[in-house]
Amino acid sequence: MYTEKVMDHFENPRNVGEIPDADGVGLVGNPTCGDIMKIYLKVDNDVITDIKFKTFGCGAAIATSSMVTEMAKGKTINEALRLSNQAVAEALDGLPPQKMHCSNLAADALHAAIENYRDKQK
Amino acid sequence: MRRVYMDHSATTPVRPEVVEEMLNCLTEKFGNPSSLHYFGRQGRSALDEAREKVANAIGAKPEEIVFTSGGTEADNMAIHGVAMLNQNRGNHVITSAVEHHAVLNTVKALGKQGFTVTILPVDKFGMVSVEDLANAITDKTILISIMHANNEVGTVQPIKELAALARAKGILFHTDAVQSMGKIPVNVDELGVDLLTISGHKIYGPKGIGALYIRKGTRWRQSLFHGGAQERLRRAGTENVPGIAALGRACELAVQELAEEAVRLTGLRDKLIKEVMDKIPDVRLTGHPTKRLPNHVSFCFEFIEGESMLLSMDMKGIAASSGSACTSGSLEPSHVLLAMGIPHELAHGSIRLTLGRDNTEEDVDYFIENMMPIVERLRAMSPLNSENEFDFEDSCADCKVSSSCHL
Repeated sequence: MYTEKVMDHFENPRNVGEIPDADGVGLVGNPTCGDIMKIYLKVDNDVITDIKFKTFGCGAAIATSSMVTEMAKGKTINEALRLSNQAVAEALDGLPPQKMHCSNLAADALHAAIENYRDKQK
Repeated sequence: MRRVYMDHSATTPVRPEVVEEMLNCLTEKFGNPSSLHYFGRQGRSALDEAREKVANAIGAKPEEIVFTSGGTEADNMAIHGVAMLNQNRGNHVITSAVEHHAVLNTVKALGKQGFTVTILPVDKFGMVSVEDLANAITDKTILISIMHANNEVGTVQPIKELAALARAKGILFHTDAVQSMGKIPVNVDELGVDLLTISGHKIYGPKGIGALYIRKGTRWRQSLFHGGAQERLRRAGTENVPGIAALGRACELAVQELAEEAVRLTGLRDKLIKEVMDKIPDVRLTGHPTKRLPNHVSFCFEFIEGESMLLSMDMKGIAASSGSACTSGSLEPSHVLLAMGIPHELAHGSIRLTLGRDNTEEDVDYFIENMMPIVERLRAMSPLNSENEFDFEDSCADCKVSSSCHL
């Protein structure tokens, strides 16, 4: 039911972990619905220089988290804000339809982290 | 790769002895049992033999067995048929919160057709209390349907006591014995039930065949199927003779081997439970610790989600199942776990391991060996841990209050 890319990111997730002195942290989902994603950012000169994630959830939740970190790394804040959940799913060659709404939150977590970074800048 | 199948509550492989019986009815004894000629008579004799075997296996008379397309049809047929024929006597039906959807949704459907429905709560082990049932019965109650053993957590219900209450009040009692058949003794007189469901593919028979036991004299009629006079007007449609013959043989074998196999499986089950609890931290056994099916193990692993565990296990050749929302095809985790007062977040981490004839002690060792690093890896990826989430106490905060719960 999952594509090869999803399984690859599930089996070998990129950028797992935490950044203790992160410039921005984003958290979406809740344990009740079964998916929680937490994304940590290091930002230098408006560019995402490091990004890590921790996720509680199904295979799709872990794979999308991993994929979004790969897509966002090296991008500017504004570029990263344009990444959508849809784009993350497409980069994984698609997700099963029932996963599109519940486990496809990785871009939201990224955006939450960026928002947190911007709040800190104020 | 080594393959370890631990999902026998989902389905089982068909035994060679059963295949042989089935093949014989596909090729040699292919006649329609309703036909007068030689071929028809052969089909008829296969049908009669199978009916006797199924009846013997559950302590019934052959004429009390009606073959169906499986457990779901038998459950629908039992509940709907009793409700339709007895609606002049009352409109109240009682079931439990942990039933299979084949029962729960059939009862709920009656609720939309003018029947009053009571869904009994369960305690933290998934057990229905006799006291709760006694309190729920009214003078309008016509039917009680409570499963013999639960498919998700393995808890065995006190059917004998529950059915005795029903009988004393002249209320019909149905039990879904799909999971208990072949695992623990299933005898219609000892249980004291009026209707009982079994299924072929859970006992090393094929899919698409089941049976409903209907005690002689029970106020029941076929209310869903219209058609020919097969099964003495109780189930229209040309009989699935190969499936029926297979079910007969599967029942016969299941009962013959039950005592010995139950001891062997209980040993494996308890080893599996002990090893997991000893070697993996933050795991909870779900279901009753002792009053459970001999082949049934179910856990909730904290801080991680069921589907990601299943995927990881599958990569190691281990087949199991989960009550997580992600595997149920809905947004809600298992209704059984929620009814037991297990919070959503913990229910998402449920894993069910159901053992069978082909499992060995080496399989249990292989599972433990592979499960430890899987849990460790997923937990390392999880933002949850014992400090920030899952304040799950043995309190009844989330529990729908059951009077058998004395915490």
